[in-house]
Amino acid sequence: MTFRRITAGLASIVGVTLIVIVVFLVIYAWPAVRLNGWKFLYKNTWSLGRLYGNPITVHGQQIMPGAHYGILFLIAGTLLTTAIALLIAVPVGVGAAMFLAEGVPPLLRTWVSLFVELLAAIPSVVFGLWGYVVVIPFLGYRVFPFMVKWLGFIPFFSGPSGSGYGLLTCGFVLALMIVPLITATLRDALLGQAASLHEGALALGASRFEAQWGVLLPAVRRVLIGSSILATGRALGETMAVLMISGNAVNILPRNIYDTVSTMASFIVSQLDSALTDPTGMAVRSLAEVALVLCVISILVNSFARLLLYYAGQQGAGAP
Amino acid sequence: MSATPAVADSAALQAFNARRRWRRLFDYLGWSLTVAAFALLGGAMVWIVVVVFLRGASAITPKVITHITSGTGGGLLNAIQGTLVLAFGGILLAIPPGLAAGIYLSEFDHGRLAPAIRFFADVLVGVPSIVIGYFGYVTMVAGLGWNFSVAAGSIALAIISLPYICRTSEMALRQVPRSLREAGLALGAGDGKVIMGICVPAALPAILTGILLALAISVGETAPLLYTAGWSNYLWTGHLTKEPIGYLTYAIWSFITEPFSGAHALAYAAAFFVTFFVLVISVISRMVLDENTGWRRRRLR
Repeated sequence: MTFRRITAGLASIVGVTLIVIVVFLVIYAWPAVRLNGWKFLYKNTWSLGRLYGNPITVHGQQIMPGAHYGILFLIAGTLLTTAIALLIAVPVGVGAAMFLAEGVPPLLRTWVSLFVELLAAIPSVVFGLWGYVVVIPFLGYRVFPFMVKWLGFIPFFSGPSGSGYGLLTCGFVLALMIVPLITATLRDALLGQAASLHEGALALGASRFEAQWGVLLPAVRRVLIGSSILATGRALGETMAVLMISGNAVNILPRNIYDTVSTMASFIVSQLDSALTDPTGMAVRSLAEVALVLCVISILVNSFARLLLYYAGQQGAGAP
Repeated sequence: MSATPAVADSAALQAFNARRRWRRLFDYLGWSLTVAAFALLGGAMVWIVVVVFLRGASAITPKVITHITSGTGGGLLNAIQGTLVLAFGGILLAIPPGLAAGIYLSEFDHGRLAPAIRFFADVLVGVPSIVIGYFGYVTMVAGLGWNFSVAAGSIALAIISLPYICRTSEMALRQVPRSLREAGLALGAGDGKVIMGICVPAALPAILTGILLALAISVGETAPLLYTAGWSNYLWTGHLTKEPIGYLTYAIWSFITEPFSGAHALAYAAAFFVTFFVLVISVISRMVLDENTGWRRRRLR
C-alpha cells in the first residue's frame, strides 16, 4: 500500500500543476481583471498610456493616464487564423489519413506515415523560419497578387494583396502544423475499425474508395471531430511561427485575408518588453489576463475534445 | 411482346453503364484527392527539411561550435550548452512525477484518481507553451525574484514534458503482459517489487523512448523559455538563479530577422542542429515503438 501511496503522491503533481498555473495567473491578473472588466474582450485599443505622466487611480487601481487595455483585435486574429487553418487542415487531414490507411501497402505504411508524423515533430520556430524565408516571399509575390486578380470578386479576397505577412499565410502554416495530429489519429482509428465493416462493404459491391468514404469514414466521425477540436486547441495557442509570419498588427482588425494580424499567444511575446516599461505594472498584469483568457479557452477546448475522444475509445490520441 | 423487355433492358443497361462511369470517376477523383492531400504534407515536410539542411549545412563552420555569440556574429557554443543544460534539467525534474504518474495510471487504474490524472495530463498537453512561459515569468522570474535563470527555464520545460512522459510511460507499462505481474505476485513479491523490479525493466526501452521524445520537444521549444531563461551571449557559469542562459531556438528566432548575412548563417546553423536532433530522435522512437518490427515484438512476444 505504501508504494501505491508514494506513486499517487508523485503522480498528483501532474494534476496539481495545471491547477497551480490557473490559480497563479488569476491571482496575478486579478487587478487587471477588476480594472478592465468585460471591456477587455470587446474594446479594440491596447495602449500603455502616457508613460511619463503621473499615475492616476481608476477603479481603485493605479494606471498611467490614457492607458487602455482591449484585445478584440487579438481575439479576432486568433479565431480567424485558427478558422483558416482548420478549413485547410481538416480536408487535407482526412485525405491523407485515407491514403495512409488504405492507399498504401501495409508494408510501406509505417515508412510513408513517417513523413506526416515527422511534420509534427518539427519545432514551431523552424516552421516560423521556413515561413519567414520561403512562404512569405512565395505567397506575397507569386500567389496573393494572382488571388486578388482572379478571386477578387469574393468578399475579403480583394486587394491590396499585402506583403505576404498576415492572416492567410498564418492559416496555411498553422494548417501544416496541426494536420499531422488529425491525420495520425484518424489513420489509427480507420485501421482500428473491425475488418468486417470493410469486407461487408466490399461484398455489397462497393469499391475500396467507396468503402472508405461511405462506410469507414462515417464510422470514425467522432474521432474526426475530437481530433479536429484538439488541433483547434493547438492552433489557438501556437506562438513562435505566428509571431514570425503574422506581421504582428496592433489595434486593427484585418480588412481582407491578406492583412496583417496578431494572435493572443504571439502578442504576449511581442509586447512583454514594452509592457515592462509601465511603472504601475498594469500592462504586465493585463498581459497576464491575455494569458489567462488563452489558458481558459484552451482548457475548455481540450477538455471537450478529450471527453469526446475518450467516449470514442481513442485514449492515446495526440500522444507523441 | 419480345421488343419491350429488350428496350427496357437497354435502358437499364445504359443507366447501369452511366452509373458505372460515374462510380469510376468518383473513385478516380477520390483517390487523386487523397494522394494530393498526402503530397501536400510530404512536399511541405521535404521542403522544410531541404531548406533547413542545405542552408544550415553551408552555414556550419568550426567557429560555430567553438565560439560564443558576440553581438549578431561569432558562434553558438553558449546556445548549444544552454539548450543541453535546460533540456536535461527539465527532463530530470519531469522524470520522477511523470514516471510515477505513468505507473499509477497503468497499475492502479481503479478508483477516481487515475482517470482524473489522465484527464489533467491530457489537458496540460494542450495548454499553450507561451502560457506556461508566462506563468513561469509571473511566479519564478518576477514573483520569487529568480530573474531569467536556468532554474526558471528548466521548470517551465519540465511542466511541458511532464504529460508526455506520463502518457508514454503509461502506454509502455500497459504493454507488459499480465502474466509477468501474476508470476511476480505468486512468488510473494509486493506491489512495489513487482512494478519496479519486473514491469519497469521490461518496459524500459519504451519508457526511455518516451523520455527521449520529451527531450526532443524540450530542445525544440522557444516560447516557454523567452521569459524564463532569457538570453545570454556568455557560457553558463553554474548559477541556478539570477543568471540568464542562451539556447538555440532563441538564435533561430532573433537572428533570422537581423539584416546581416552573418546573423542569418547563425540562425540557419541553429535550425540545423535543432531540426536534426529532433528528427533523429523521432525516427529512432518510431523504430523502437513500431508494433511490427519494434521492441515489443522482440522482447515480449
